[in-house]
Amino acid sequence: MPDIYLDNNATTKVDRAVVDAMIPYFTEYFGNPSSIHRFADGVAKAIKKARGQVQELLGAEHDSEIIFTSCGTESDSTAILSAIKCQPNRKEIITTAVEHPAILNLVDNLEKEGYTIHRMPVDKCGRLNLESYKKLLSDQVAIVSVMWANNETGTIFPVVEMAEMAHEAGVMFHTDAVQAVGKIPMMLQDTKIDMLSLSGHKLHAPKGIGVLYLRRGTRFRPLLRGGHQERGRRAGTENTASIVGLGVACELAMQHMEFENNQVKAMRDRLERGITEQIPHSFVTGDMNNRLPNTTDIAFEYIEGEAILMLLNKAGIAASSGSACTSGSLEPSHVMRAMDIPYTAAHGTIRFSFSRYNSMHEVDEVLKVMPDIVAALRKLSPYWDSVNNCPVADPEQAFQPTYA
Amino acid sequence: MWDYSDKVKDHFFNPKNAGAVAEANAIGEVGSISCGDALRLTLKVNEDTEVIEDAGFQTFGCGSAIASSSVLTEIIKGMTLDEALKVTNQDIAAELDGLPPEKMHCSVMGREALQAAVANYRGEEWKDDHEEGALVCKCFAIDAVMIEEMVWANKLRTVEDVTNYTKAGGGCAACHEDIEAILEKVLKERGETFDPNAAPVAKPEAAKAEKKPMTNLQRIKKIEEVLTALRPQLMADGGDVELVEVIGNTAYVNMTGACNGCQMAAMTIAGIQQRLMEVLGEFIKVVPASEMSKLVNIEGAGHA
Repeated sequence: MPDIYLDNNATTKVDRAVVDAMIPYFTEYFGNPSSIHRFADGVAKAIKKARGQVQELLGAEHDSEIIFTSCGTESDSTAILSAIKCQPNRKEIITTAVEHPAILNLVDNLEKEGYTIHRMPVDKCGRLNLESYKKLLSDQVAIVSVMWANNETGTIFPVVEMAEMAHEAGVMFHTDAVQAVGKIPMMLQDTKIDMLSLSGHKLHAPKGIGVLYLRRGTRFRPLLRGGHQERGRRAGTENTASIVGLGVACELAMQHMEFENNQVKAMRDRLERGITEQIPHSFVTGDMNNRLPNTTDIAFEYIEGEAILMLLNKAGIAASSGSACTSGSLEPSHVMRAMDIPYTAAHGTIRFSFSRYNSMHEVDEVLKVMPDIVAALRKLSPYWDSVNNCPVADPEQAFQPTYA
Repeated sequence: MWDYSDKVKDHFFNPKNAGAVAEANAIGEVGSISCGDALRLTLKVNEDTEVIEDAGFQTFGCGSAIASSSVLTEIIKGMTLDEALKVTNQDIAAELDGLPPEKMHCSVMGREALQAAVANYRGEEWKDDHEEGALVCKCFAIDAVMIEEMVWANKLRTVEDVTNYTKAGGGCAACHEDIEAILEKVLKERGETFDPNAAPVAKPEAAKAEKKPMTNLQRIKKIEEVLTALRPQLMADGGDVELVEVIGNTAYVNMTGACNGCQMAAMTIAGIQQRLMEVLGEFIKVVPASEMSKLVNIEGAGHA
């Protein structure tokens, strides 16, 4: 049975070179980087090197703009809570309806505390309306937080342009870039982005390490106070080995940037084309022309995502779904709902996300099994006419359950 | 991925009775496309005997929804309509060796489809009487709608109240923030403010009754009642159960027939224990009578 991993937006395999670089920091150079003895020798230097490697990948102007955190979520929380603490008179926050829960649940909570939250809607392709965005910007807004790329569809938001607009209005701008960093090139020093979150495990570094990029001069209040680590901006003993690993992962991402945007993209495109050509009533969600190179999110109408995943898993293929059932909630993914994807399709969305470890051969394997999986589940579906192998005429009308 | 039992996986990967039954004379349609679950159950009922001769399902839903539908059709085939109506969602879940709390609604959907189909056969109108909300308490599978209704109906004020009335929050306690949020919301609508230190309201009657310890005689009688109710089901599978002794909260039973010594015995005992605890409202341990001697000795030693 094949062993095909196409869930790289969820997390990635740690690169062998990353693991190798980390090991000595568990076993030999395990000293506290603040200590003055031979066990700590070189540890602070290793952290400095990693900081430089992250700086390089982000295109940041200074390495002191890189603050190591524990994960993307911590970076997101730090950024938003810092902005509101610095500007207690500003009681509004602008974000989008399709952010990651790391942002959405945080602002939901701030709403209860009295903040006004503007969750910008998206169109059917997952795009924002910049005209309405402009109207929301005012001196009441503490921070704008907009993701660089969407985790489900891969749709890229024009964050560079939006940061310029915020800057002109005198509003801080944060971007959750955990899906974008390492997949598309960026040069933060040429932008007006004030803060950016990244997560190590999305780019072949381990879980439990993240970064908050903080532009020099941006007003800041730490989330964790304590020791002097990270220049007092994030207290807590450094996660040395993971920091070193993230540095290596960033360097590897730089080296593979072209590969990601050519070969990885070619795999994605082949899978996408193959599936939508072979399988009727399937379509790609999101902004086809403006997406991460590694992501495709395909809706299979009249069937449910978790069931598809279980059959894929049986065939040795790992992917993920925006269906309600995979999360334990009753609603399908908020991203699908925001794009107004009908329920019959939203529950059947499958995200395939590639990495540089995938191959064209794997794409062909998926293309071999996918049509049968979809056909098998449609045979069970009350919305599918098995005799004529098509959706029942007017599916929404034909099946009218008691409490629809 | 969910921690599905092998039985759930088996019914999902090899569904039984998939598709619509030809010449069905009882059709039940339930579910909601917005929740991602919809089930059409078709039955062929013998008009003289009311025996379900054939059953088929069509399901739009996740792995456990398909498995619940499949196992439901297996359970009810050969039953009369009246027998089938006694099938509960717990029966469906038990037949699948359990479902994750988030997935219990799949078994509820199965039972409702069955009720709807029987109503359809009898020319009655079936009305769904429950509304489902987001799952709050994962330990006891209690959703937000249920909690909100209980808070309204019983004028509950604290998390402790909610636990007393619904069980929600009585396990790992991780959902207390969510319960407080519901209390805050309802109390606000009622024109009051939520005070975490408010005195709890009176406990529900059922909980009060639970507090008063049962006499041993009452307990034995209750246990007998439950076992008697369970026996037909066991006998249908070629087995039987007999109550041998009750010591404290431990019930010693003899499993006979097909149940005895079979691999399913342990599971059946767990099922009986679950049912006993539900009915008696207290912790009951069910142990095979074969283990009585050593346990009695331990008990005896404890009393000495």
